Amino acid sequence: MLRERIQASNYSFLDKLRSIDYLLILLIIAIGSISVFAIYSTEGGKFSFYTKNHIIRLSVFFSLFLVLSFVRVSTWYKNAYLFYIVGLALLITVLFFGISASGATRWINLYFLNLQPSELMKIAVIICFARYYHRIQSSDIQSYKFLIQPIILLIIPCYLVIQQPDLGTSILIAGSGIAIIWLAGLNIKYFVYSGLLLLVSLPFAISILKPYQKSRILTFFNPDRDPLGAGYQIIQSKIAIGSGGFFGKGYLKGTQSYLEFLPEKHTDFIFTLFSEEFGFLGSIILLFLYILLIYRIINVGLVSRSFFAKLYCFGFATAIFLYVFVNIAMVLGMLPIVGAPLPIMSYGGSSLLSIMLGLSIVMSCKIYNQEQISAY
Amino acid sequence: MLNRGRNIEKGRVITRRMFILAAAKILLFAGISSRLYNLQISDREKYEILSDKNRIREWKTPPQRGIIVDNFNKVLASNDRVFQLHLILDEINDFDVTIFKIKNLIELDKSEVKKLYKKKERLKPWDTLVVSDNLTWEQFSKINLYLHELEGAKPVLSTSRFYPYANDLVHVVGYVGDASPKDLEKPEIKENFVPGLKVGKYGIENSQEKMLIGNYGIKRYEVNASGKRISQIDYIKEKQGNKVSLTIDIEIQKYAQELLKGKAGSICAMDIYTGEVVAMASSPTYDPNKFTHGINQKDWQEIRKNPLKPLINKSIAGLYSPGSTFKPLVALAALEYGILDPNKTIRCKGHKHPYELYGVKYHCWKKEGHGYMKLRNAIKQSCDIYFYEMARLLGVDKLSVIAKRYGLGTNVLGNLYNDEKNGLVPDTKWKRRALDQSWFLGETVINGIGQGYIQTTPLQLCLMTAQIANGGYKIKPHIIKNDSINYKDVINKIKLHQSNFPLHERNYLDDINVDYYQRMYHKKSNINFVLDAMFGSTNEQYGTSYKSRYDDPTYQFAGKTGTSQVKRITDLDRELDLDTDQIEYKKRDHALYIAFAPYKDPRYAISVIIEHGGSGSKAAAPLASKLIKRIIDRHKLREQFNNGNTSLA
Repeated sequence: MLRERIQASNYSFLDKLRSIDYLLILLIIAIGSISVFAIYSTEGGKFSFYTKNHIIRLSVFFSLFLVLSFVRVSTWYKNAYLFYIVGLALLITVLFFGISASGATRWINLYFLNLQPSELMKIAVIICFARYYHRIQSSDIQSYKFLIQPIILLIIPCYLVIQQPDLGTSILIAGSGIAIIWLAGLNIKYFVYSGLLLLVSLPFAISILKPYQKSRILTFFNPDRDPLGAGYQIIQSKIAIGSGGFFGKGYLKGTQSYLEFLPEKHTDFIFTLFSEEFGFLGSIILLFLYILLIYRIINVGLVSRSFFAKLYCFGFATAIFLYVFVNIAMVLGMLPIVGAPLPIMSYGGSSLLSIMLGLSIVMSCKIYNQEQISAY
Repeated sequence: MLNRGRNIEKGRVITRRMFILAAAKILLFAGISSRLYNLQISDREKYEILSDKNRIREWKTPPQRGIIVDNFNKVLASNDRVFQLHLILDEINDFDVTIFKIKNLIELDKSEVKKLYKKKERLKPWDTLVVSDNLTWEQFSKINLYLHELEGAKPVLSTSRFYPYANDLVHVVGYVGDASPKDLEKPEIKENFVPGLKVGKYGIENSQEKMLIGNYGIKRYEVNASGKRISQIDYIKEKQGNKVSLTIDIEIQKYAQELLKGKAGSICAMDIYTGEVVAMASSPTYDPNKFTHGINQKDWQEIRKNPLKPLINKSIAGLYSPGSTFKPLVALAALEYGILDPNKTIRCKGHKHPYELYGVKYHCWKKEGHGYMKLRNAIKQSCDIYFYEMARLLGVDKLSVIAKRYGLGTNVLGNLYNDEKNGLVPDTKWKRRALDQSWFLGETVINGIGQGYIQTTPLQLCLMTAQIANGGYKIKPHIIKNDSINYKDVINKIKLHQSNFPLHERNYLDDINVDYYQRMYHKKSNINFVLDAMFGSTNEQYGTSYKSRYDDPTYQFAGKTGTSQVKRITDLDRELDLDTDQIEYKKRDHALYIAFAPYKDPRYAISVIIEHGGSGSKAAAPLASKLIKRIIDRHKLREQFNNGNTSLA
């Protein structure tokens, strides 16, 4: 054990630089650049508030990512629970001191940024679970004693986020947590049973949803139910994407967004705008960039020695996949509108911060991939 | 080492589970890709259309109405420049403030402001509100001066209907006004309508809507989600409506209208060969220009309450007993059926010894009586007794066959005017059907002098006169120029007649249908007899319109007076024998006159009716005489112009 520690501390700076995943950085820069152009387009080709802010945030958080990449993965491991507890504390703070916008209370005013703790919680849950399963023996995983703890750890933040209300983020947090439980090797039958249970309890679950959430779900099944109200977003988004065709309408020429038919075009519907202007071809390329990003993250997990790093990377990759999938499926009208940003692309500080934070941990896993973490 | 083995196992589980998840991810991404494919490639067209529908909004621009001209291409209805004030609603932040400013600038009263608010409620937020469609120059320049203070205000130079001959033609041309819900049901209006467009309300304006209305233009704008115009992307220019040419000669029309000034009545003039209506005047009249921008209450009440009823187009909607103007036709019918020898003599003995039938007495209009009368003299001096006896012998059914054939009992201009009346030519069947009563012989007797059930419009009398004057040929009366018929040929054929018209193996005494420009008579000599008698009536001493004659053969005309009773003449009236101006206006007789001119080689027929004018010879014939001179003076010009036109076509 001592030997391992010595090994880990012996990484020279050159070694560290050598083991950086440059392709991953390149991918982040690529998606980041695309996002700047997309946000510039949402402002009708004017360099103003959103574009400026987005560029500043991108540069700040990207630098943060580079710096944090050199934090030892064991440091993340040690502070994993702390991370979770801080996240939880912030969520509770939101409950009492949060600031509201459009009927939801999700943010804490930090003066330089309105922080959305639920976004940080997405990462916190993954780190926390990775650490939790890191030390559990595979034989113990199936026991109820070790199962009940992560479930409780998952339910608390999910409940707090639903209270905001923010169904989308809550589902994403739950999804990432469940993904790690799955990766850790919990018996498939648990997933099957709980899946069935969810299906049975769905009608009851719907009955406790807020009216606007219910209407979103109903509208999802039939957008024409209320074409100017709840169905408006789905219909307009589909029109924008569909009318883009193969090559798109051209940069800054997306009539749907330019003429303000698209709602929330710089946040949740940024893909719609991109797809309208760059068409099928552009959309597939963007999708491919995301697949590459996920692949690179998984790759880091594969080369990492510690279970913590593996679980974290695979979990984070699944989380990224979930964000991308839920967002795109949503704007394509395949899922109800739940409010989930597209990683890196969407305008929003907290989301960007949490993604960059998550990526820096991945990078740290890569740099320190030979580090064996003892089960303290 | 057990620990280590377990760790290897755990590592394997994690990796395996990761690959299962990765497979699921690939599957779901494939799902997204196929959805993208569906939307952007398979259904692209559908969404492109929807996207265009979203972003493109159309504004219709009103077309200019087609003009209406007279026979000589003089403009009767034009489009004049007007000053309008429009409000672009989506450029206004505070409607109340803007309206308040405008109200003070152009001095709108409370009710007008109220109307504007009502109008605005019906409009969509991106529509244009027409505040005023006819500003004075002063108001217009004031608006322009303060334009920078008026949000969304747009001073517009537009066009609106203008009738240069105002009062002289309203009964022919009609007028325009705002479209009513009923107007909008008409297909020609529905297809071409643009809010604010004026549509024909009466007359040619109304019946020729399809020709006149034109096609609206379309301005396509790109708009944003809240409907604000971003840029114009397309402009299909509006198309002005077609020109409508009338057969009216505005100079004659004007003169006819002038002759009728201060009287209630009608004057119609028609080409006896072509059937072209040269003038169709009705009095009193009103100004159609007042209707274009909505007539005000005061003017409207003035028109509506006028006891002489200006709104009634007396030429085609006024029904009158023809009185003695019917006599030429009665005589023609009697001759055609061979009822009596024109040399048969009947004695008119005056009021002391009236005509008697089944104990009922029928008087002649002449107190002293006419003495011994033959048919020609009876027409010339309009002896009632002779016609009582002739009608009795003829019978009402035979009379009605000839009367209908010569143009009575059905409207003359088809569906050109929605108020044209059919009139009534009674017969026994009609009375049975309409009144469920049998016919009395006494009714036949008074029918013989154009009284009783019979009712005609002035234009029908004009047509009747024309068709006798042209030698008994059926013509097609019309007021809209018809270039498809070569009238030169028609005139030549009728005039030369015999060679070119096939002799029909038909019995002209039966109730048969005759085609246009075909003969209607049974024996030509009968027509000539009647024409000659009418000549006598005007140009020989003792003739009823002798005083209105011209000796110059260029103007010489033949006619027949009529005086139609509006109430039953009692024995007391007969005893009093009052002059026309001593009788209450409403109870005075209508004065009628029909004529054709020139007598040798006639070309025009004319009918004059003066309501409550007294006797036809005093009130109607002099007007006809004056107008005939004017018509004949202009004949050469008209002929030249029309021939020039036909040769061009």
